[in-house]
Amino acid sequence: MALIGRALLILGLLVAVYGSGASLYGARSGRREWVDSGRRSVYALAALMTAAFAILEAAFLRSDFSYTVVAAHSSTTTPTFYKAAAAWSSQEGSLLLWVWLLSLWSSLVLVLTRRRMPDIASYATAVLLGFGGFFTAMTVFFANPFATTATPPAEGAGLDPLLLHPSMMIHPPMLYSGYTLLTVPFAFAIGALVTGRLSSDWIAVTRRFALAAWLFLGIGVVLGARWSYTELGWGGYWAWDPVENAALMPWLCTTAFIHSIMIQEKRGMLKVWNASLVLASGTLAILGTFLVRSGILDSIHAFGASTLGVPFVLLIAAMVIGGIGLVIWRREELRTEARIDSLLSREAVFLLQNLVLVAMVFVIFWVTFFPLISEALTGTKVSVGPPAFRPFIVPLALVLVALSGIGPIIAWRRVTVANLRRSFTFPALAGGLTLLVLLVASGAAARPFALIMFALAAFVLATVAQELWRGVTARRAISGEAVPLALAQLVRRNRRRYGGYIVHAGLAVLLVGVAGSSSFQHSRDVMLRPGQSAIVDGYQIRYVRPTAAASAQKLSFGGVLDVSKAGHHVTTLTTTRGFYPAQDISLGELGRFFNGQSDSDVGLQAGLTRDIWTVVNPDLTPLQPLISQGDRVFGAAMVQAMRTVGRLPLAQAQQALAPLWRERDQAISELAARFVTHPWAVNFLLIVSPLVSWIWIGAIIIAAGGLIALWPVRALAPRRARSYAAGPPVAPAGLHPREGTGALVARESAGALAAREGTEALAARESAGALAAREGTGALAARESV
Amino acid sequence: MEFLIVLLILTLVVLVVTAPLRRPEAAAPARARDGGARSRARLEELEAAREAKYREIRDADLDHRTGKLSDADYETLDRSLRAEAVAILRELDRARAGAAT
Repeated sequence: MALIGRALLILGLLVAVYGSGASLYGARSGRREWVDSGRRSVYALAALMTAAFAILEAAFLRSDFSYTVVAAHSSTTTPTFYKAAAAWSSQEGSLLLWVWLLSLWSSLVLVLTRRRMPDIASYATAVLLGFGGFFTAMTVFFANPFATTATPPAEGAGLDPLLLHPSMMIHPPMLYSGYTLLTVPFAFAIGALVTGRLSSDWIAVTRRFALAAWLFLGIGVVLGARWSYTELGWGGYWAWDPVENAALMPWLCTTAFIHSIMIQEKRGMLKVWNASLVLASGTLAILGTFLVRSGILDSIHAFGASTLGVPFVLLIAAMVIGGIGLVIWRREELRTEARIDSLLSREAVFLLQNLVLVAMVFVIFWVTFFPLISEALTGTKVSVGPPAFRPFIVPLALVLVALSGIGPIIAWRRVTVANLRRSFTFPALAGGLTLLVLLVASGAAARPFALIMFALAAFVLATVAQELWRGVTARRAISGEAVPLALAQLVRRNRRRYGGYIVHAGLAVLLVGVAGSSSFQHSRDVMLRPGQSAIVDGYQIRYVRPTAAASAQKLSFGGVLDVSKAGHHVTTLTTTRGFYPAQDISLGELGRFFNGQSDSDVGLQAGLTRDIWTVVNPDLTPLQPLISQGDRVFGAAMVQAMRTVGRLPLAQAQQALAPLWRERDQAISELAARFVTHPWAVNFLLIVSPLVSWIWIGAIIIAAGGLIALWPVRALAPRRARSYAAGPPVAPAGLHPREGTGALVARESAGALAAREGTEALAARESAGALAAREGTGALAARESV
Repeated sequence: MEFLIVLLILTLVVLVVTAPLRRPEAAAPARARDGGARSRARLEELEAAREAKYREIRDADLDHRTGKLSDADYETLDRSLRAEAVAILRELDRARAGAAT
């Protein structure tokens, strides 16, 4: 099957190269058949990559160690769940996953646009197949997932223990889905720039893909944070690691894009800005993949290190230079069609929010790459960590949260002071009151940034609550529905708007968690013997007893801790550190079991107000003399045994050596048991962190809001046309009868306007009549907004 | 056996991908189709603009109902949005008529 897999990759490369060329030729010559052939190449690439990925997955699931990638990243003892995920823990498998996902999303967008924008779609097809060709070439020439060995090992090296975490099953596919989805708007932006069709139609088609990319990237980022918090054993969820930043940057850039395209759709403004944002998001997605797979920057994701740097740098350079060149070339067509009417308008707030988001991307990019820049300029590689980010990111995040509250309560185009007062009173009171209460009743004053974040979050939550309540009230005034039904119908009919508001609420909740946990965390690094205790933030944490377990897969050393406060039992925590046997026999026949890779199983009691978190770091030095002695004894026994069994067939040799392995395993078990029977002082990291759970809750709210906004909505014109064509103007489902006569209401209002306003209003009246005749009164959808 | 499977896949891929090139209409002159493509592109642009304008009218209405726009502001805005919608629809009519001829 490996041969077939390899052939599929080569075929995929040929198809991508051909399809890209065919699409370009079809687009340039206007020959539709070549465009169709290019489109079919995308579908063929998707089928080929699906088959290739299935072959690789099957090899992992049946532990076929003749595949070098399986032998290096899995073992017979790896649980099935993780065997399936092990495919993308490898360089080769992850590149194949990338091109597979890319081909699937590309096929989806081309199916959805098969009758729309043929000229733009042709160039977009060429670009998407260009990406497909690049990544397929990586798997064909640099990281072949179907490389085999003639002498497969009996056992594989196993999956990196750090990746033995449930979120690792979902985290990489989520991030890669986000990255690959971002190539879709990128490709259509290139198509729009090349053809000069720069109105909003390409944005309407690709907006949903940008939103899906944003959602997948966000889920991937949060799953990564959760993995960091529960698996890496340092007590945090965000380390500003280059690979974390690599996913955050395109997410922030796409957040800006999702907002700014609304301005282009409504006002024909910010065309250069939007084109630049979408090109930057696509480029940052490739940069993110590059950072994960190249190992160019020091990262906790060291398992991704490789030598793919040069081809990626060339691709990124081509994207940057090509993108900038196209924007400059089309600068006349990208000229804005309107100007911002007032600084007190939603578009002005969106613009400011965009600037803040782009500033955040710039800061993260600069600080992340500073070690490389510094090395290039001075020859010295400088390390940067979280303190380098905070002075810039914290104030920008505060402004961002404030704007996410202001945006929803300010209207498009213009607002009056009276309306502003009416909209701001309740949210401002909520924010002010929160500030006051926290100042008086808590110790938050010592942490001004956190205090401001809490107040701003209250402001945002109050704006969202107010918006929902006002919407529900308006709907109930028409329909008389019960509040829950009115709320559901309101959100259903305005998914984009209220989905967005829910995202804003989730962001506020998430940032409350971030501000609380980072500003008010209490942490202690202590050495404890059984029976001893330490106090952390008023919690007495007592080391009750050590634990140890030995199996063929790993050795675990840990501790049971009792947590109490003011004499009352709060919880019992169990934490362990697992050691996985190394394959390197130079470490000794026993030593390799104690000196291989390790991972942490944290002790965590999560709550809405605070998390109590601990991890053990057992010092195995006291066992070292016994381990060394065991290495000598078993080393000599092995030499002796090999003299006897060396000439026997493999099966018989293994049988003859079995008693020796049993004795070795017994010795390891007894050594491990000494951790319990002869306990010594052990290092514990003890952390009490407030509000961490709100990070995960906020993330879930954001994902829910994103899904609501993403959910497909039928186009307005056909929807209205069908609704009215179906019969007399009766109320559509869920609307009050009065709403069903929307056309009449509008005609009346146009008539009234005509009386008052003259010819301009007559145009409006005409529009109502014309619309009623042509579109089934589609434009009068306004009357059904709630 | 593996070689035969690869050959079969290759044949299938070539047949599927090149099928449009073997259609009879593939021989039609490209220039004749250019005008149609241009007018269709224009129609698509206008239809996207119409959808965006309808959405804007709805948004303004919702802003008014939820108290973000005063009656006077809403009336002015709604009138101007409807006038813009009419302009788009008229242009759409012209484009459709042009495409039909």
